[in-house]
Amino acid sequence: MDHATTYIILVAAFGLFMAWGVGANDVANAMGTSVGSGALTIKQAIMVAAIFEFAGAYLAGGQVTKTIRKGIIDPSVLSGTPELLVFGMLAALLAAAIWLLIASHFGWPVSTTHSIVGAIVGFAAVGISVDVVNWGKVGSIVMSWVVSPVTSGVIAFALFRSVQRLILDTDKPFENAKRYVPVYMFMVGFIVSLVTLLKGLKHVGINFSMGESYLLATVVGITIALIGAAKIKNIKWDPDADKDFHFANVERVFVVLMLITACAMAFAHGSNDVANAVGPVAAVVGIVGSGGEIASKTAMPPWILLLGGIGIVAGLLTYGHRVMATIGTGITELTPSRGFAATLAAATTVVIASGTGLPISTTHTLVGAVLGVGLARGIGALNMKMVQSIFMSWIVTLPAGALLAILFFFFFKGVFL
Amino acid sequence: MGNYFSGIFARSPINPLQTHMAKVQACISELEALFEAAIEKDFDSVAAVQKRISDLEHDADDIKKELRIHLPKGMFMPVSRGDVLNVLAMQDRIANRSKDIAGIMTCRKMQIPEEIAEPFMKLVRRSVDASAQAQVAINELDELVETGFRGGEVKLVEKMLTKLDTIESETDVLQREIRGTLFKMETTIPPVEVMFLYQMIDWTGDLGDLAQRVGSRLQLMLAR
Repeated sequence: MDHATTYIILVAAFGLFMAWGVGANDVANAMGTSVGSGALTIKQAIMVAAIFEFAGAYLAGGQVTKTIRKGIIDPSVLSGTPELLVFGMLAALLAAAIWLLIASHFGWPVSTTHSIVGAIVGFAAVGISVDVVNWGKVGSIVMSWVVSPVTSGVIAFALFRSVQRLILDTDKPFENAKRYVPVYMFMVGFIVSLVTLLKGLKHVGINFSMGESYLLATVVGITIALIGAAKIKNIKWDPDADKDFHFANVERVFVVLMLITACAMAFAHGSNDVANAVGPVAAVVGIVGSGGEIASKTAMPPWILLLGGIGIVAGLLTYGHRVMATIGTGITELTPSRGFAATLAAATTVVIASGTGLPISTTHTLVGAVLGVGLARGIGALNMKMVQSIFMSWIVTLPAGALLAILFFFFFKGVFL
Repeated sequence: MGNYFSGIFARSPINPLQTHMAKVQACISELEALFEAAIEKDFDSVAAVQKRISDLEHDADDIKKELRIHLPKGMFMPVSRGDVLNVLAMQDRIANRSKDIAGIMTCRKMQIPEEIAEPFMKLVRRSVDASAQAQVAINELDELVETGFRGGEVKLVEKMLTKLDTIESETDVLQREIRGTLFKMETTIPPVEVMFLYQMIDWTGDLGDLAQRVGSRLQLMLAR
């Protein structure tokens, strides 16, 4: 294959650019509820995000990467002209990254996931042929964009109602918080590690049986609950804190829970959204590596996930902290108990989607979760116009990403062929 | 650049509503000093208190306007927008009525006859108490949001509202007593003065009613 090195360098650069964009913008949304509820300072949030985004991307990001890489387009149709797929993936990455840059400059609510999926479908359907698109898969992805916010909303509602029933609406909320919060901590650890173990670790070379996975997830859950419980034990009733607001002490217990949930959220986000940057890179590297053959069985080199992780952390450090700061001051109505319910619901939904290989929007999922808590009468005020525009934006994002990708596709085709 | 995610969290009306009620309470509380001064026939003091009441009412008005501006349609809240605006309107009427009372007392240099001075002061204090009790209930709103309007917190607020009702009916009884006393002696006072005395009794009693109405609007929030 001609220009093999050029393709690799280009795609790695674009992938890094895209990952940077995800880190600069998207991560801040994922961490927003944690920072906004005052559970984490911005510095802590960046540390948590850097570690767990990376871990999520590396340990559980494989399935979604596979979908982006070879789920949306049927590579076997392109076996005669592998260059087209290379140009397409280059174009899709560049298109999505540039569209993200434009959108975040103007403060438009766009989703990284929707941009990249739109871009890939766009170049394939228009640039190559409508038949190369695996419409069945695309259909299920689009469905998941509707289902995921609803699911996380329902989970958030249920979680928050359980918090109300077990803790907030009881005679001794502080004592009950200390008693039940470790149970929620167990849930966080159990769910996230179970999905990761069941679906994620194959590419790292670790393979557990179903039973082993459940056992291990239980151990992880209990460990986290024990650590959390030890931390909670130190929280003493502070009579001054409750003067203005009777639940101030209870919320202090939830801060510890929120901290753990924030880690889960960063992990979930890493597992799903890094693939948006890494998937196309993996596709191109796969084709070039096999000398132009579109082999669907090639293993993904770990350095690609590493690249994604590095890009995200770079984006977070150079730009994301500023976005995080605006979010931290913007969300003042969220207390740790609500922040926890919304964030855990979103993290659970995203992690499960990652395990299933579905690229979904973390932000949309989180918005759905926040609405779920709102429906349980838990949040002071939500701006429905903003919610609407966030959900409507994906209808614009798809054609925008597609159009840009088509332009770049023909550009690369002209340059290299 | 702004972040769109934080944009979904709007400013809750609960805190401004409580701040507004605090101003209203500060405003109505001044009536005690006002009537004490009027009974002492110290009209300079009456005028000074009237100025304070008017300033406080003005402050409350500012908070009211601010709250209304930040409560556009399309907000999703644990309480309905209508209920919030209703509570606000009722709270505002307490401040307005206090200002009206202070205004008439000042410009007419009204005196309170000795015979009704004591029960009148009782009525004023009890009306202020009613409003204070309404404020206590309104101050529970953030706790209500925290518990999602469920459980023991709701019962607690309902108890507060029952107490508010009791205070209000006490003001009714006091009003009747004062009217009765005034009726017996009304021929000894200039008729116009008597007219305005009746009006002052009415308006002061109104304050208790308005406080109770703040409570009943709050009750509607609980009922949803």
